Amino acid sequence: MTTVAVKPATMAQALTRAMRDAMAADPTVHVMGEDVGTLGGVFRVTDGLAKEFGEDRCTDTPLAEAGILGTAVGMAMYGLRPVVEMQFDAFAYPAFEQLISHVSRMRNRTRGRMPLPITVRIPYGGGIGGVEHHSDSSEAYYMATPGLHVVTPATVADAYGLLRRAIASDDPVVFLEPKRLYWSKDTWNPEQPTEVEPIGRAVVRRPGSTVTLITYGPSLPVCLEAAEAARAEGWDLEVVDLRSLVPFDDETVCAAVRRTGRAVVVHESTGFGGPGGEIAARITERCFHHLEAPVLRVAGFDIPYPPPMLERHHLPGVDRILDAVARLQWEAEG
Amino acid sequence: MDPAPLLPDAEPYRVLGTDAAGKADPGLLSRLYAQLVRGRRYNTQATALTKQGRLAVYPSSTGQEACEVAAALALEERDWLFPSYRDTLAVVARGVDPAEALTLLRGDWHSGYDPHAHRVAPLSTPLATQLPHAVGLAHAARLKGDDVVALAMVGDGGTSEGDFHEALNFAAVWQAPVVFLVQNNGFAISVPLAKQTAAPSLAHKAVGYGMPGRLVDGNDAVAVHEVLSDAVRHARAGGGPTLVEAVTYRVEAHTNADDATRYREDAEVEAWRAHDPVRLLERELTARGLLDEAGIEAARQDAETMAAELRDRMNQEPELDPMDLFDHVYAETTAQLREQRALLRAELEAEQEQHGEQEGGAR
Repeated sequence: MTTVAVKPATMAQALTRAMRDAMAADPTVHVMGEDVGTLGGVFRVTDGLAKEFGEDRCTDTPLAEAGILGTAVGMAMYGLRPVVEMQFDAFAYPAFEQLISHVSRMRNRTRGRMPLPITVRIPYGGGIGGVEHHSDSSEAYYMATPGLHVVTPATVADAYGLLRRAIASDDPVVFLEPKRLYWSKDTWNPEQPTEVEPIGRAVVRRPGSTVTLITYGPSLPVCLEAAEAARAEGWDLEVVDLRSLVPFDDETVCAAVRRTGRAVVVHESTGFGGPGGEIAARITERCFHHLEAPVLRVAGFDIPYPPPMLERHHLPGVDRILDAVARLQWEAEG
Repeated sequence: MDPAPLLPDAEPYRVLGTDAAGKADPGLLSRLYAQLVRGRRYNTQATALTKQGRLAVYPSSTGQEACEVAAALALEERDWLFPSYRDTLAVVARGVDPAEALTLLRGDWHSGYDPHAHRVAPLSTPLATQLPHAVGLAHAARLKGDDVVALAMVGDGGTSEGDFHEALNFAAVWQAPVVFLVQNNGFAISVPLAKQTAAPSLAHKAVGYGMPGRLVDGNDAVAVHEVLSDAVRHARAGGGPTLVEAVTYRVEAHTNADDATRYREDAEVEAWRAHDPVRLLERELTARGLLDEAGIEAARQDAETMAAELRDRMNQEPELDPMDLFDHVYAETTAQLREQRALLRAELEAEQEQHGEQEGGAR
């Protein structure tokens, strides 16, 4: 018996593999966007797809995001399953009207007669030294739009599994790829990828007993690091990875918070009007009598995304998370 | 590429009242006429329904029936139509149930018809946003090897939108089998064309994308039908997209909620009434002996029957089920929406109970 050595793979490679396998399994899957063909995308996430499946299946479009998503709508109307790449978070904004006014509503508008199985892949978030317009966390805009699923992986295995789920979904999925995790590595076997639960299920990444950190995407590694550091302070932090912002997994989140009685939501997006406000409200509405302290948020500041030389001050880091944990009214106990 | 062949004619192309009219197929003329008369009646009936409170709003296409009807008749069954909110007539002329076509404007559901049944996309309210859909659908059909053409409708105001530009550019780059029909009716609500564009004509815009632009008299149903049919044939044969500008006039106000006297003179409207699409075709048919008083009366009667049926159906209260609000948001209803559905159900039950008690008390 021989054992195949499983090599480390990056999140970007897992995403590429997910599209490749989806395209091989289903001839209606078409990848489209700016530079996705010959170049393989500016992050190389579509690398090799045009070569393997031809330019009709992996298409370099004109440089126009509304046009890309708008034509994807028509393609989906005719039975295709478009996977659209928006080059960067802030470059997706021209497609906003198509997304809000049509993609999210077509199923509802037509009473289910015209669903739009479109995946909109958007590299998002900061931490890569990007200049202005290359580091936005735009998830709150999408979360606020009924009819869209909003999904974001934080691990290599989830990147593959969730993207396969997104492409197979009959609903439109905004698939947010944490660009600073593109090169994160994990042992992962592309030949035997582990099945990931359906979209909408959060997962406890680190069990703990004293505080629940609730996070997603690019902030997961930061939270795990904070949890390690917290051990020295005597705190046993639990970390929940949401994976899907819409649908939201109230069940997993509330079960975790009820266990620990304390919760901190961590994300890069701005605090004011950001996802954390919604999450904190949901926890308070459902778990009030289990809470020992108010739900706190550790978020990006309420400022336009800063220039790269200052972004480290903006992004939630280990210290800011631990400071929040320290503010969870421990003195009230005892 | 030599742009000269892409350029539109200097003047809108006409058939009616010219020698070319004699060569037009009598069967086609009769079909167009019957549909024009029905269309005109549909517009007046729908406008009347707004006054009776049966429709929330109706953007009339009175004066533009030639474009509406010709667009529907220029397509084969397998083709797709992408209408804007003013194009209910084209939707109905394509075969969609006249009452189902009005649910958006009555307000009982956004889109009342099955888009796949007659290959008609839902009426699109955000201007020009449906144009890239038409391009994508046509592109997908071509990739699948189907000889399907998409015809997308937009107004003069819509040509200022970014989606108009992006759709035309994508269509030309992909050589997608699409026909863009711009109904230049002179106004975007109150704003005249001169404030919309500095182009010599809207059809000229085609040249910049590398596709042919055609300028046609939008009140000449035969000319519009011919130009659109040529463009559809060209697209189906792999020749790529065409931009057609049909010059017409919105005789009515923007909608029943608009007051057109604030931005235009009655004299202008009256001048266009003299160039009425129904009368133009009627005159031609009568002159050629293809239509007499009895024929005119028969067409009128047919339209009256349609209007009476529409009126009867629209006067019935629509069946509304508030529980429908939660269906079809997602393929599978989320836990959150299940909770909200339960909340609304409880509210409705409480309402009913209260209603019952009140009735009981009155007895």
